Amino acid sequence: MTGAGMNGAGSASGSGASVTLSNLEKTYDRANAAKAVDGVSLDIRSGEFLTMLGPSGSGKTTTLMMIAGFETPTAGDIAIDGKSVVAMPPYRRNIGMVFQNYALFPHLTVEENVGFPLKQRGVPKAERAKLVAEALELVHLPGYGARYPRQLSGGQQQRVAVARAVVFKPRLLLMDEPLGALDKQLRENLQLEMRRLHADLGITFIYVTHDQEEALTMSDRIAVMNDGKVAQVGSPEDLYDRPDNRFVAGFIGESNFLPAIVRGLEDDVVIAECEGTLIRALCPGRPTSGEKVTLTTRPERLRFTDGAWSGTTPQNRLSVTVTEAVFAGERCRYMLQAGDGTSIVLKEPSSTAIRRRAVGERAEIAWSVADTILV
Amino acid sequence: MSEVVQPASLALAVSRPKTAPFDWRRAVPLLLAAPLLIYMLVFYALPVVAMLLRSVNDPTWTLANYATLFDDVVFQKTFWITLNTSVIVTLGCLILGYPVAMGLVRSKTMAPFILVIILLPFWTSVLVRSYAWMVLLGRHGLVNEALMALGMIDRPIRILNTTLATQIAMIHILLPYMILPIANALRQIDPSLIRAASGLGSTPFMTFRQVILPLSMSGVAAGTLLTFVLALGFYITPAMVGGPRDITLSMLIAQQVDQLNWAYAATLSAILLATALAILAVARKLPGVGNAFRTSMR
Repeated sequence: MTGAGMNGAGSASGSGASVTLSNLEKTYDRANAAKAVDGVSLDIRSGEFLTMLGPSGSGKTTTLMMIAGFETPTAGDIAIDGKSVVAMPPYRRNIGMVFQNYALFPHLTVEENVGFPLKQRGVPKAERAKLVAEALELVHLPGYGARYPRQLSGGQQQRVAVARAVVFKPRLLLMDEPLGALDKQLRENLQLEMRRLHADLGITFIYVTHDQEEALTMSDRIAVMNDGKVAQVGSPEDLYDRPDNRFVAGFIGESNFLPAIVRGLEDDVVIAECEGTLIRALCPGRPTSGEKVTLTTRPERLRFTDGAWSGTTPQNRLSVTVTEAVFAGERCRYMLQAGDGTSIVLKEPSSTAIRRRAVGERAEIAWSVADTILV
Repeated sequence: MSEVVQPASLALAVSRPKTAPFDWRRAVPLLLAAPLLIYMLVFYALPVVAMLLRSVNDPTWTLANYATLFDDVVFQKTFWITLNTSVIVTLGCLILGYPVAMGLVRSKTMAPFILVIILLPFWTSVLVRSYAWMVLLGRHGLVNEALMALGMIDRPIRILNTTLATQIAMIHILLPYMILPIANALRQIDPSLIRAASGLGSTPFMTFRQVILPLSMSGVAAGTLLTFVLALGFYITPAMVGGPRDITLSMLIAQQVDQLNWAYAATLSAILLATALAILAVARKLPGVGNAFRTSMR
């Protein structure tokens, strides 16, 4: 598989590279500048699809640029397969990279663009042509070799950029919001293709995006970034079902935040009072009685019960008033008010078998204790 | 592409449907330019045409003036010297100018400083700069004094009034015309392309050769053209610092005018103008160059 001369940093085996970030920091040399990246430590496993997710300015792209070698860390270390690469220039790191705007060379044809990394590695012409054809096949663009980038659509350019990034069989592929400029339909298709590509190649992917849906769909694990720090690392399910903090709960999906006061503890379940009602929630820490806390729960995990609860798991209940009812096609979305002011969002499937609630109606809602998290 | 460069008046005539009533608002750009156009017509275009006509109608209508050029040794030698000087000066500007253009684009902190260094002489009169070179290159000029002080020569060498002096001074004077179009082309290269090249395994030198240089060729072409065409018509500098035998076409024209040999001077002028126009016409046909030329002249 591997062509001649392709023996840069870590191309020892066919599997993906592992990447270890230790206390990575980046400060741009402006006086009193905030740290763009502030103590990021991450263990990215061999062959993993890891997404760095965060709002703009959260340090995700800067972190990626440091892994690629385009930015130098102010402090901390980056190791690929256990070997520090901080002092290594980008062109010796042997990492594939897909840029946000694709960065295709406008003066080169698709074939020459994809063959570019091979040419730099001294791969002979005949083998180069073979590998380029393979890479174009991989991204479903065979026969486009002679065109220039400007003659391609955005989605096609994106595929060329991916082909160029993987043609030299790197063990690590970095992607900086590669689907950001494409329309929704195309983005969704390409998300699935990225997953397929990851499965086919078996190499490590580090993907940067601000789109939480994209992160949830594609990733093995997600590192949520905020203010230059890692807010939480975990599988999509982990982050969605068990957010560690309010930022993660709010950034990934929609969340209800219920202010409450701790009244007691039962094993790993905390009992807290919200709007005069006792609510049970999962809690990793040990909050003290009387402490003010926030409980979070997902809108689609709530149900109107009118007294009857069909679930088998332990549940929470709350009396509410409907303040807004919106029909949104596949779902109905209700704004509810509990007690004297806490707003709660509830989403339910828009089945004709379910009675719609009217504004002003009083109701009782219930949800599983396992879907209630103290953040 | 050609519609882009059409003057407003032409575009107007082409795009207006024949049946539609004349829209006066669309004539406004032309009307705004009218005073200048009339001025140029009366004081520039007409005299140039009148002068050029002298090459074929003085004293009677004839092409004899052009025919004699084929065995005119003085003309042929002069024409050769002019072309030769222009080529050397253009190459010198390119070799010295390209790195400066890169420095100008690369360095954020030094850029304003470099730009002033480039533009300061640019704003000074050619006459003043040519005089300065006379002072520098003269028998007791700075260059000779410095070389003697360093012990590299025993007595002053002749630099002033040689072909070399012309080339040195012309390169200096024409450098901005080379640097600015190249810098403009370099500035338009997306920095992410350079990162991409590096990330894909290209060393800085290979990135220069395979990405930066090809993408700056439009600027190189524009700068080369501009420098070459300007060098063709140079008069003051070769006349002041050049050697006695280094007669350029423009010097020959001046000489003929002095001798009131109008027909011959007009013929030579026509040849000079035709050469410059021919080079521009050929260059515009080259892919990318015409476009680059226009963008760099904005």
